[in-house]
Order: sequence, then structure tokens, then C-alpha cells
Amino acid sequence: MNDVAFKILSQRKLTQNVYELKLRGDCAAITRPGQFVNLRLDGLYLRRPISVCDLEGETLTLIYKRVGKGTAQLSDMQPGQTVPVLTGLGNGYDTARSGSHPLLIGGGVGVPPLYLLAKRLRAERKEVSVILGFNTASELFYEQQFRDLGCALRVTTVDGSYGVKGFVTDALPEDYTHVYTCGPEPMLRAVYRKIRTGGSFSFEKRMGCGFGACMGCSCKTITGYKRICKEGPVLQKEEILWED
Amino acid sequence: MGRLSVSLCGVELDNPVIPASGTFGYGYEFAELYDINLLGTFSFKGTTRDPRFGNPTPRIADCTAGMLNSVGLQNPGVDRVVDTELPKLAKCFHKPVMANVSGFSVEDYAYTCAKLDREPQVGWLEVNISCPNVHGGGMSFGTDPSQAASVVRTVKAVTTKPVLIKLTPNVTDVVSVAKACEDAGADGISLINTLLGMRIDLKTRKPILANTMGGFSGPAVFPVALRMVYQTAHAVRIPVVGMGGVSCAEDVLEMLMAGATAVEVGAANLVDPWACKKIIEALPAVMDRYGIGSLSELRRNN
Repeated sequence: MNDVAFKILSQRKLTQNVYELKLRGDCAAITRPGQFVNLRLDGLYLRRPISVCDLEGETLTLIYKRVGKGTAQLSDMQPGQTVPVLTGLGNGYDTARSGSHPLLIGGGVGVPPLYLLAKRLRAERKEVSVILGFNTASELFYEQQFRDLGCALRVTTVDGSYGVKGFVTDALPEDYTHVYTCGPEPMLRAVYRKIRTGGSFSFEKRMGCGFGACMGCSCKTITGYKRICKEGPVLQKEEILWED
Repeated sequence: MGRLSVSLCGVELDNPVIPASGTFGYGYEFAELYDINLLGTFSFKGTTRDPRFGNPTPRIADCTAGMLNSVGLQNPGVDRVVDTELPKLAKCFHKPVMANVSGFSVEDYAYTCAKLDREPQVGWLEVNISCPNVHGGGMSFGTDPSQAASVVRTVKAVTTKPVLIKLTPNVTDVVSVAKACEDAGADGISLINTLLGMRIDLKTRKPILANTMGGFSGPAVFPVALRMVYQTAHAVRIPVVGMGGVSCAEDVLEMLMAGATAVEVGAANLVDPWACKKIIEALPAVMDRYGIGSLSELRRNN
């Protein structure tokens, strides 16, 4: 974990309330796709955790949805402004689990961490299939970016306004060696029930510190209590215990 | 005696800065970030007789100038703390540590304190009778002077180490609880634990915390904490460890001027893991600015 002052390079809207933020700073502590960073914003007490979407040298890309006070404030920030960021948080995805042709499944703002994962897997010459699920066509983002990496891509929309009508689980291919997924919990549960291989599932929880000190984001697993921010956010299919 | 050193219940601290329980784990994870031997000491994660997961999540909520938590004393239980956590700590921390203990009955407190009493690295027991997040135990002992006194007597009977009692601010008269603890034989008082609070999510119209209410901490509570430290320190003869919203060297000095012997830092560690290191490093220059030669000058004269 490092504490780094990042400078905003650019910020653009990808959809009505989803933003792509590019920052410059020392990214040395970020070692795996699926890790997250924790942003300190003026006037807000707790930091805001956001998953890493892409990493290229000193350029960090984050994609986030404007949902509350913190993300609204972040969306108003301009190029040139600096943001203090704790980097390299969480366990991230392990590409060694992928096998020869992994399947990546992202839902909504769960899509971003899969981008760096897809990039790393393609660099390892894996055949990567990707399913991106959204509610409707206007929420879609990063379709072309995944295609440019050479991934076999399917898009689903709940209302059928683009791609396959339905949920991500309605577009599962026949054959894959491991599943990497991130998205809303109902989607994760559906993926969990439907897949026939091992899977790496990335979870979201309200966090206090984001680095393992406060125990705010703990969850129960088959292998004991885990902190989503430290032993997570990625849990393996075999260890997941769904609450209720 | 160094310029920053203070003495807490007969044990000298290189400086008065102590990360508060629940914000610093069992220490060794912070030792990856900086040399934690520069701390006065730290108070480890509240430990109970049996392992606990704590309350359902969400158990954190952001607030203006602070935060709510309803963690509810997640910890691996005293046996694992003794077998696993303390040996890990001993490799990276070479000072006496403050052992924070919580319980649900007088017998629980006695059991856990007796086990920790046998640990050579434990310098003080900080007995939490003020957790707002657990039913039945914790806070109910801290809101009634006679129940508080019974915990003190029970714990004192099983340990030779100094016993600090951690008090809740969620009472009408904190001084009466502090005095009851002093009369029952406590060696020190630490306060304040968190203030009971809540937040509601406007979208769902429901409380953000799964447990509805939680403990409020952070800079917003500092004036309340300072007032209670002042009242308590002027009413008892035993040392008082002040905490509540302390975020910078200036806050540490205010706490000491209010009568605290040492100062705990809690929520600040969660937004800046290097907070305590920065506070300790800033102290000499801030003392210079206010003409304070050594912290021992600030010791209360009552």
C-alpha cells in the first residue's frame, strides 16, 4: 500500500452517470488486476474505494458511477487537480487460475476491473471470452475497448435494447476454463449457480479504512472470516458463503 | 525523560500517542507501513473470551467530520490472541502493549483478563465497559457506577498489571462512573468510547447500518471528548487517557492540557494509516510554537 498524490489528467462521461477518470502518479503498489484504490476527497471523512480499470505506466484509469455525495464531488473535479489515493488495496484477480480460455462476466459498474484483467490475460496469450451485462443500451460502455483487446465479446441488456436480451447468465458460452466476475450481488449469485468451473468473484461492501484495520467490511466464508478489503474483494467460488 | 515522554501508571512511554483499540488490529499489519516502535504504545483490538464475528454488515457509515461503526467486537477470541496474534506482534513491537478487553459478564472479563495477565508483553489492561454495539454486555457495565465498580474489583483480583477502565460518553454523568471505578481500585481511566449515533439512507429510507445504530467517532466528537476528559481528570486522582476525535499534534496538546496523561488516536488511523507517526513527528515543532519545553510541564496540578 502506498499513499500517492495523483494528478487528474482527464475526466469524461461514458454514460449518463458513469465517468472515466484518468490520473497520473506512482502505481507501483498496484500488482494485480481486480485491486482497488481509496480516494480522499475534500470535506469527506472516509475515503471512497474504486476498483482499478486500467494501468499503463504512471497512468491509472478508474471508472465509477455517480451515486452519492463522494462520487458526485469526484465527478466535478477537473484536470490538474490532485487527489490523495491509497493504492494497491485488496487481493485482486489471480491470472494463474485462468486456464487456456477463461470467461469474464461483468455487470454494470462491475465491468471496469475486468478490463485490466482481460488485458493481462491477453498478454498471457489466453483466449478470453467476455460477457458484459447492462440494463439497457444507454448504460453500455467499453464495448469497443474489450473488442480491441481481441476478446470474444457478448453484450446482454435486460430490456433487449442491445445485444442478447436478458441477463449475463443467458449468454454463457459452452466451453470455458475459469470464470472471473464482478457485478451486483444478485448477478454474482446467478453466475455462481450457473457456472460449471471454478470462479473468482469480486464483492463490494461498505468499507471503513479499506486496508484491513477496522473490520468494517468483514464477511463469513467457508474458510473463515475475511475482510473484503484485505483478503478480498476477490473470493473463490469454493469459499463463498451466501448470507441469508 | 525525553521531551515527549510521559508516565502511565508507572510505565514510561516515549511519547503520549497511542493508537486506539479497533483501529490498529493487533499492530503487525501497521508494522508493514512504518516502525510501530515509535509509538508510545497501542491498544490492541478489543478481545473477548470467545471468537466473535460481530454485527451484520453494513457496519460502517460516513458522516460529516466522522464516521459510524457497528462492528461489534469482531475478534478471534483470547486463546487465539495469545497463541497467534501476540507472537506475531512480538516480532515487530518491542514495547509493552495495551490489552483491550471486552465481555458480556463479570466472569467473561475475569477469564479474559486472567489469560492476558500472563502475557509478558501486556503492559496494561484497558477494560472496555463501553462498547455501544453489543447488547447486554459492554456498555451496560459502563452506564451504572455500581456495575462498573464490580467489573473493576473482579479484574483487579486476577491481575497485577495496571487496569485502565474505558468509559462511555453515553451517560448523564461520566464523573460518577469514573469515581466509582477509582474507588473500586482502577489504576486509570480512558475515555471516550464512541457516541451512539445513526444515519438514514435517503434512497431506501432505512438506517445505513444493519444494526440501526452505531458508535460515532472522528474529529466531530473532539470537543465533547475534551470536555469529558477535563471533567474526569479534575475529579479523580488516577491517570486519564484522553481520546475522541484526536487527529493532529494540536489535539494531543489540548487533551494533555485538559488533564490527560496520554492520548489515544482512533478514527484518524482509518483515513490515514500513517496518522500516528505524523502526529508524533509533528509534536516537537507544535510544542515549540506554543512554548512547551516538555510534555511533563503540562501535567495537571490537582
